[in-house]
This record gives sequence, C-alpha cells and structure tokens, in this order.
Amino acid sequence: MNASYVIRRLIYGFLLMLGVVVLNFLLIRLAPGDPAVVIAGEMGGATEEMLESIREAYGLNKPVLTQLWIYISSVAQFDLGESFFFNQPVASLIGDRIWPTILLVITAQLLSIVLGVLMGAIAARKPHGPLSALVSVLSTIGYAVPVFWTGIMLIILFASWLPWFPVEGMQSVKLRNADWWTQTKDIAHHLVLPAFTLAIIYLAQYARLTRASMLDALSADYIRTARAKGLNERIVVFSHALRNALLPILTVAGLQFGNLISGALLVETVFNWPGMGRLAFDSILRRDYPTIMGVLFFASLMVVVANLITDFSYRFADPRLKDET
Amino acid sequence: MKLMSKLMGAAAFAALSITAAPVFADGGTLVIASTQVPRHLNGAVQSGIATAVPSTQIFASPLRYDENWNPQPYLAESWEVSEDGLSVTLNLAKNATFHDGKPVTSEDVAFSIMTTKENHPFKSMFAPVETIETPDANTAVIKLSQPHPALLLALSPALAPVLPKHIYGDGQDPKSHPANSAPIGSGPFMLEEFTAGEAVVMKKNPNFFLEGRPKLDEIIIRIIKDPSALLIAMENGDADMYPFMAGSQEIRRLEKDEDLAVTSEGYAAVGPINWLAFNTASEKLSDVRVRQAIAYAVDREFITKALHRGVSSPQRGPIIESSPYFDESIPAYDVDLDKANALMAEAGFGDGMDLTIDYIPGPKEQQQSVAEYMKSQLKKIGINVTVRAAPDFPTWAGRVGGHDFELSMDVVFNWGDPVIGVHRTYLSSNIRQGVIWSNTQQYTNTSVDDILNAAAVEQDDDKRKALYAQFQQQVATDLPIYWINSLPYHTAYNKKLKNVPTGIWGTMHPMDMVEWGE
Repeated sequence: MNASYVIRRLIYGFLLMLGVVVLNFLLIRLAPGDPAVVIAGEMGGATEEMLESIREAYGLNKPVLTQLWIYISSVAQFDLGESFFFNQPVASLIGDRIWPTILLVITAQLLSIVLGVLMGAIAARKPHGPLSALVSVLSTIGYAVPVFWTGIMLIILFASWLPWFPVEGMQSVKLRNADWWTQTKDIAHHLVLPAFTLAIIYLAQYARLTRASMLDALSADYIRTARAKGLNERIVVFSHALRNALLPILTVAGLQFGNLISGALLVETVFNWPGMGRLAFDSILRRDYPTIMGVLFFASLMVVVANLITDFSYRFADPRLKDET
Repeated sequence: MKLMSKLMGAAAFAALSITAAPVFADGGTLVIASTQVPRHLNGAVQSGIATAVPSTQIFASPLRYDENWNPQPYLAESWEVSEDGLSVTLNLAKNATFHDGKPVTSEDVAFSIMTTKENHPFKSMFAPVETIETPDANTAVIKLSQPHPALLLALSPALAPVLPKHIYGDGQDPKSHPANSAPIGSGPFMLEEFTAGEAVVMKKNPNFFLEGRPKLDEIIIRIIKDPSALLIAMENGDADMYPFMAGSQEIRRLEKDEDLAVTSEGYAAVGPINWLAFNTASEKLSDVRVRQAIAYAVDREFITKALHRGVSSPQRGPIIESSPYFDESIPAYDVDLDKANALMAEAGFGDGMDLTIDYIPGPKEQQQSVAEYMKSQLKKIGINVTVRAAPDFPTWAGRVGGHDFELSMDVVFNWGDPVIGVHRTYLSSNIRQGVIWSNTQQYTNTSVDDILNAAAVEQDDDKRKALYAQFQQQVATDLPIYWINSLPYHTAYNKKLKNVPTGIWGTMHPMDMVEWGE
C-alpha cells in the first residue's frame, strides 16, 4: 500500500463528506414545515413579530445558498452550530449521545459476528443435517423480519410478560449515583435487549455467509490434504477451514457498519436508547436543521472512517492487493 | 475463542445478576415519567407542560393555588388589589433566597413579570401591566392600564416564575439565554442535571423559604417518548408517577395495577379541549348553517364512550366544563340528522359537498380515529370528507397557521383564566397569518370582541361570569369551532406516595409536600 493510494482514498473520503453535507442540507430544506413555526408552536404560540425574530435569530430568512455557505464554513471550523430546539451546541448534544450509540453498535456487531460465525460454521459441518436446516431457517427469519418488530416482540416477551429486562433507556435513573460496578451492571442489563435486536438481522447474514464460505473452504484441496494427514476434525474445521472462510466476513463486517448505524436508529427509538439515532429521529420531526445535519455528518463520518479502515486493513490482510493502487 | 466465551460469560452474568437496590436518600426520590420533551426549563419564556413541570419545581412564583381555585401565599405572603383594580401590591417573604444564596427581592419580581410580558407567547397574561414599582426590597406594586382580574391566576407557578435578575438581567435574549438550560430559581428543588431530551434531575433545596419543605430529596423527570415503554417502566416500578396520560388503553391498564393509583384530578386549570375548527373564511364553511349541520351530525357521546372507552368527557363549549366560568345552558347540538340535512339544504348544499379534514399529529384515539368517524358520519348529510393526515407537527402547523385548511382537529388548553387561553381563539384582532393557536378559524364577530374585552376588565366575578355566559352562547351559535371532548388527562402514581398534586394545576405546581409513606 503506497502513500498516493492513501492520499487518494482520503481525498475521496473528504469529497464524499462534502457531498453528504450539501445533499443533506438541501434535502432537509425540501421537507414541508417552517422551523420558526415549530419553535413558536413549542413555545405555545406567537405573534408575527416573534416568528420574524426567530427566523432572524436562526438565520432562516437568508437565501438558502447563503445559509449553505455559512453552514459549510462553520463545519470547516468544527462548529456544528446550535440546536434550534434546545438552544444548545449541536456538538454537545451529539457528544452526550455518541457513546451510547457506539456501545450499542459495537456490542451488536460483536454479538452478530461471534454468534453468526459460530452458527454458520456448525451448519457447514453437516450441510444437509437438521442443525444446518435450523440455522438456515432461523437466519432467513432473522434476515426477513423488520428490526423494529423484533424489538417490540422482545419487549413484550422479556420486559412486559417476563419482566427480566428494562426498556427505559440505558440506565436506571435511581442508580445514577451508585458505584461504578453497579452502574456497569445496570448498563449491561439495559443493553441486552437492544443489542440482541440489532444483532439478530446481521447475525443471520453472517451465519449464511459463513455457511457458504465454509462449504467452499471445506471442499478445497488443502482440507482434503489435512484430513488425509489424519488431523482432528475440530482442528480441520476451526483452524484451517474457518480461518480461510473468515476473509469475506471481515470485508462484510466493515461494510455493514453503515447499515448497523441506520439499524441503530430504529432500535434506539424502540428501546428509548439515548443515542444519536433517536436524536436524529426527534430532530427531523422538529425540523431542527442544525441537529439533523450534525447527526448525519457524524454518522457519515463514522461510515467513511469505517470503510477506510476496512480498505486499508484488507490490503494488509490480503497480500494480493498490496501492489494494486 | 476462549477469551470471547469468558467475555460472553461475564456479560451474561452481568445481565442476570442485577439485584442492586435503588439508592434512596432520606426523603427519597420521585421518578416522574413523561413523554414530553422540554426545550429548556424556563417557564417565563415558554409555555407547555414539558417545561412547566420542572420549571414550577425550580422557580417559585408570587402566588400558588389550592384545589378550589383560591390564591394562596407563596413568594408573596400577602397581596392587595386596589379598589379601582389598577394596582396590585405584593408583600414578599423576607427569607426567600435563590439557589445561589442571593435574596429574592421586589426587583426580581418586577424584572420577571416584565420579562414574561415581553417574551411569553401568552401576551394577554400581563398585557395591561404598565410598570412595577419597588418601594422597598419586599414590596412590589404592579400598576395596570386597566383592571385585570386574570392577573392573580397569571401569578401562578406555571405562568410567572420569578427569575434572578442578577443572572437574566445581563442583556442576553431571555428566550435563548444559556441559563434556561441551567436555571437558578428559588423553588423547592434545585437543578442538578438537565440532559436534553433525556432527563431532568432536581435535588432538594435545603434553604427553601417554606420551613420543613420539600419532603422529597430528589425529583427526576425521565423522558420516555414511547408510551408502551413508559407503561412497562411504571408497572415494573422504574418510574413512580406518570402525569398527562391520555390514552384509554394506558389508563385502563394502569388502573388494574395493584401498586398504582390513577386519578383524573389535577387538570382543571389546564382545560385541554379537543375540537374541530372550521375555516370560516372558506366559501363552503362561511355559512353558519353548514357548521351547525356538521355539529348536529356528530355524536359526542359516541366519541367519548365508544372511541375513548368512557375515559374522556363531552365538551360543549369554549370554556372547559370544570371551570367556574362554564355556562351549563349553552346549546349542546345533540345528534339530529334530519335537522342537519335540512340546514344543509337551506344553505344551498342539498346536493352535498366535499371537505378536507386535517388533524394535529398525536394520539390516534383522540385524532385520527375521530377524524375517520367524522368522515363516515358526515357522509350521512351529504358531505364527502377527505382525511388529510400530516406526517408531523410542522406540516400540520404550516397548513393550519397558513389558513390552508377547511376542517382541522386540534387540542388547545384553557390555561386557567379565559383571558389567557380562550380569548386568543375568538378575538378578531388575533387573526394572524402563519401563527398557530391564534384565531386560525378567521372568525370575526364584533359583539364577541366587545364581550371578551369587557370580561377581561370586569372585576365583579358574578358580572364576569355573566359576560362569559353571553360569550359562550354567542360562539356556540356561531360555531367557529365544534368542541368535542375534554382530553382525558390522568395521573398514575405509586400508591405509597402522599400528597400527590391534584390541585387545579396538577403537576405544574411545586411538589414541596409530596412524600413517600408506608
């Protein structure tokens, strides 16, 4: 991997971010509804003068292109502006919510990879056996069922019917002053349902991908050789076949990151998880332009960075790609 | 693999071993669950439940109210209204301090009322206030341009928080002042933490000027936007109180919970009315006979008993039926399809007409279901109704504020005195393009304007009631609005809680007497 490749990828990333900012800015302004009316509505009504002063205060009376230019210049200076709704800096609103989202997304990612790969590998060992059929059926269901439905079903089962898990956010408010261990356990307790909900759809994908990839690997010559040498079947499957079958999983895991973030939006809404997804959802309903833009900017940045890391790491992992530019 | 299985084991252990008990201080913690998101916590520049509940805990106000609509001392230990009604003197408590230790003075009271007058959306609350004199640190004299009987109610905690002048008087716009998210007040609870859209944490004010109060150590308002998750939190004991609950299923479900009590008390001053507004400027609806025909075709009893499962009650007029100013004798428009059809024919619409109905995005039971019912019911009098759903509040507010509607359903609050929450809908001087919750019906009747203007300054309560009776008779005849039902607000709370606020302002009132019992 040479320097010009890295620089080119970084420039692509930058241009992509610029495109995202401009497109989001214009799209969000196409939605009907005036933020000043929303703010006035939230205040409980207003006069024409108050509406005008709100538009003036938030720069909404300037031409759209001027507003776009002002926004891009402030983002270039790392200033995401102030929320129309909360009158607080967007950066601090996102700062409060980015960690819950990262915690949810990473836990779901790990859960789906570990369980998915395990299920896929087991299924591939006896591709026509009942276990394989069960994995196929479960993974098809997991893939087909909408994530919000899974979430609601898990809530009904494990929060309402069997009151094992809480659904009111990330932490019990009554435990917020408890010692760190109690708080960690509390967060883990709250994390179980949303992380599983988000993981299920990707778990299914990983299981199917691993199964297919393992079936390929298991029919390869080097596996036949390994078996001919009399190696233990467990070593053959997990050490030789699975290792080779994991390469496509790694690629997909990187690319899935964007999907996980968009899935997190729904899961956060269903489970009241205090992350960026819920902030984005609420902000769209409130026409809180700076907050919507800020969240989309951050989410896009996370996806672009994740893809860059995948690209770079893949080149490290696969020697055949090293010389390509 | 081994490491991963250890991690998984640890996670599973963590998930299943939660046995820690809630950490209570002596007076205990009250967790209020709410679907409402406050923009900030300063009720002087922002109306609405979301801000008022925390604002009334953090800020004290000149007066507070009991459950019989009687003013009680709060920051003002006593008060006098001059005989001509043009001056109100407030004698303030001498021992009241803000949470930062500075004393509450008449300067703060004067500053707060003037700030509220200039910045709060309810312009009528303090419109007649000309100046406020402060002869000494504990006396504030409010000078009025005309008698203003609504003033005392406007001095309630929900409407007149006393702000610290030494913080808000720095020249910044009070509507976007940074202190709105980190307020210093003189109320029973002090802000500890405000996480926008998530929670408001308030702890006991140890120097509260009313001795022995507050009883609780902490109030936490936990925002849970999904009502079903909120119900689970209440049932599992993760939340202790759920005010402003309006869904019949929610109410019925929590009523069955042995640990919870459910009450409809505490919403008399809020006066939430669900109504159908007519755009009287539209050609089809400018004829009062068409509006009356619609009223005769709709059955309030069906809506409240069948659609709302009996939790809401019919509302016949512009003033909430629990208010002392409600007039029992106004026309009710009981269902009469023959009369409705005759009125349509008289108005020249015997062959029917097409109308569009909008509704404020909100609980389906109160809005969409009622709109769908209207569609089927109005068909019986030849009106072909198209239900136009709005994807969100901004879209609906744009249509109604911009007068781009024919029929629109909405929930509007009375806010205690008719001057504050009722006049705005019917005064012809309040027809404002682009402004939601103004006279969006574009209803004009000079005699109604005159009655309302007279009632606003009438000091004799009996005469004032008579004026409002006249007003109600007139608008119930003109029907710029067809009032459907009062919103069935209920409060669910843990039965161990004592002195739950059920006065006229409900939870928009200082909860300094609420405590945990056995």
